Amino acid sequence: MALLEIKNLHVSVGGKKILNGISLALNAGEVHAIMGPNGTGKSTLSNVIAGRDGYEVTEGQVLLDGRDVLAMAADERARAGVFLAFQYPVEIPGVTTSAFLKTAINAKRRAEGKPEIDAMEFLKLVKAKQKILGMPDDMIKRALNVGFSGGEKKRAEVLQMTLLEPRVAILDETDSGLDIDALKIVSEGVNTLRSPERAFLIITHYQRLLNYIVPDHVHVLVGGKVVASGGKELAEQLEAEGYARYLSAA
Amino acid sequence: MAAKQETAAAVRDVEQYKYGFVTDIESDKAPKGLSEDIIRFISAKKNEPDWMLEARLKAYRYWLTLAGEEPAWAKLTYPKIDYQASYYYAAPKQKLASMDEVDPKLLETYKKLGIPLAEQAVLAGVAVDAVFDSVSVATTYKKKLEEMGVIFKPISEAVHSHPELVKKYLGSVVPYTDNFFAALNAAVFTDGSFVYIPKGLRCPMELSTYFRINEKNTGQFERTLIIADEGAYVSYLEGCTAPMRDENQLHAAVVELITLDDAEIKYSTVQNWYPGDAEGKGGIYNFVTKRGACRGKNSKIMWTQVETGSAITWKYPSCILQGDNSVGEFYSVAITNNHQQADTGTKMIHLGANTRSKIISKGISAGKADNTYRGLVRIGAKADGARNYTQCDSLLIGDKCGAHTVPYIESRNPTAQTEHEATTSKISEDQLFYCQQRGMTEEEAVSLIVNGFCREVLQTLPMEFAVEAQKLVGISLEGSVG
Ligand SMILES: Nc1ncnc2c1ncn2[C@@H]1O[C@H](COP(=O)(O)OP(=O)(O)OP(=O)(O)O)[C@@H](O)[C@H]1O
Ligand SMILES: [Mg+2]
Repeated sequence: MALLEIKNLHVSVGGKKILNGISLALNAGEVHAIMGPNGTGKSTLSNVIAGRDGYEVTEGQVLLDGRDVLAMAADERARAGVFLAFQYPVEIPGVTTSAFLKTAINAKRRAEGKPEIDAMEFLKLVKAKQKILGMPDDMIKRALNVGFSGGEKKRAEVLQMTLLEPRVAILDETDSGLDIDALKIVSEGVNTLRSPERAFLIITHYQRLLNYIVPDHVHVLVGGKVVASGGKELAEQLEAEGYARYLSAA
Repeated sequence: MAAKQETAAAVRDVEQYKYGFVTDIESDKAPKGLSEDIIRFISAKKNEPDWMLEARLKAYRYWLTLAGEEPAWAKLTYPKIDYQASYYYAAPKQKLASMDEVDPKLLETYKKLGIPLAEQAVLAGVAVDAVFDSVSVATTYKKKLEEMGVIFKPISEAVHSHPELVKKYLGSVVPYTDNFFAALNAAVFTDGSFVYIPKGLRCPMELSTYFRINEKNTGQFERTLIIADEGAYVSYLEGCTAPMRDENQLHAAVVELITLDDAEIKYSTVQNWYPGDAEGKGGIYNFVTKRGACRGKNSKIMWTQVETGSAITWKYPSCILQGDNSVGEFYSVAITNNHQQADTGTKMIHLGANTRSKIISKGISAGKADNTYRGLVRIGAKADGARNYTQCDSLLIGDKCGAHTVPYIESRNPTAQTEHEATTSKISEDQLFYCQQRGMTEEEAVSLIVNGFCREVLQTLPMEFAVEAQKLVGISLEGSVG
């Protein structure tokens, strides 16, 4: 059984059809990349999997370990191991990154029947992960995402992912806005998380990212449909040719 | 009206005690209503000296001249209070025999706040004389404090043991003529705390933290007087974070603080009286007058309040900055949910030179609640170089609630500087989804966001209460979204 299975998913927003029958199966241990032109429904797919309000699923299923994900509330899905690195991370004034991280970690631990994380242990853990991601220590004292640069926001998303150790991680354009060094650092962060128990769905516009995070499968999403799937070489072909071939077909 | 029903219920309760009146001062209850006889009864009950009775009667006669005219300028709506339908003296309520008799919803909240079982029992009004060992802890500390010269006792005892201090200071900051509720309180107050910190002493512990257990049941007309003599310091905490489910309708407390030269008082309140139910039925009317006088130079008074309870809150902890270089600070969090109404703020009266004040107010409204910040900064002609900084932030949850900011600034000194900043914001769907995507429930998310919003104020609370207050913020907003 696939870890995450998307079956013939149809989604509308405000009466407008966005996803037109998407089927994908992510096995544990795999990294899947999704590429596609602007406005084809990549973020819509991520949001529907994560459980954001405002989307109408008209047909299809999403299963995590065979469990019906669409029947679960957003926070339940998160605690079951679905993580979304947001294309546009949200600012939360007044809430320190540290308080936010601790609350998120404890929500997960509670679901696992573990006690709250010890304050010292928490600081040590966060410090270590921040170091790997090249983030300054005192970053966590600042309000979450408030005044963070574009690249800092993306790193903060990856920091959250490494702390929460999800089962399925969806990265929605996490590479956008990162400089070349940051891209490498963040990719390493993802690569260290790659494991036989975990799957990744990586949305990107740039083949370059896939040099660092080498995917097992690449899918092309156009007009709310997967129009082509292949290996790493598909990304290289897209980089060279663009989407013209798929757009005319769609 | 809801209030009338509550009062009627309370009356029924009390009427079960058919005791005599006036002639029989052994009885536990004075009859319903307010009169000179009732005041004499209260005074006799407390065995008060004549001067105290005279002070009460004077206040009462003044109150009568107000002819039931409550202050009407606040943005509050509530049915007319019938002062003759209340009881003004009642001995402590009967204790419950066991925890089984306590409302399980109340216990659930205590549990969420992480309050130890023994304390839960005390708060819920269960007789625990045998169980509870903190009482002896409290006694030990009391002894230590006495050795240092700290006077900390019920005001009804201080009237006997330290009449000169009580006579000198009681009513000196909030005279009975101050307002309707202050007059009422001066006439009928039953008890409260008295604190005196001697010259040069930094009181080494938070007063009332160790004592909060046995300082309950002070009744609806509480009177507190705290004096910090020259160079003294004390941090006082009123109330506790656990909800008190008191059936009384009206609470009209008066608190007076006095700092002499170089002295400092830090007064923290966490108020979580019964707010009424989700439909707005029941709940406490909290009409409180709190004021501190920085009489001495370089003295400081700092108010921190976290107001999450009561159906109605009418409260303006204020500072009169008389001494040169004296400092007044007011930090406030007021949360209103469902049908709660709060009209709260402060007055900073600058009289001395180079006096400074700071006001940080955070108002949170949810449900159908109304939340008003009302503040006055007045700078007198002699307050050269006075400065004030005011910041009022409002946070709205949902779209049926209201937030209002009413700042008054009056300056009669051209060298004074005042600054006022105000913001209003909302918790967005995006913020909630972001938090939920990280595994938090909606309630956890709201609590986190609101705690972040109030952080600056909560930080000023003594450590152990800050933690409870943080939890309380979340609990009081339960059911506010979705
Ligand atoms: N709430 C909404 N209301 C109306 N239209 C929406 C809404 N959300 C998404 N859409 C539309 O759905 C389409 C798909 O949007 P989506 O954000 O999924 O695209 P994307 O593939 O992630 O694009 P990009 O590469 O630019 O991030 C777009 O045309 C977008 O305008
Ligand atoms: Mg997108």
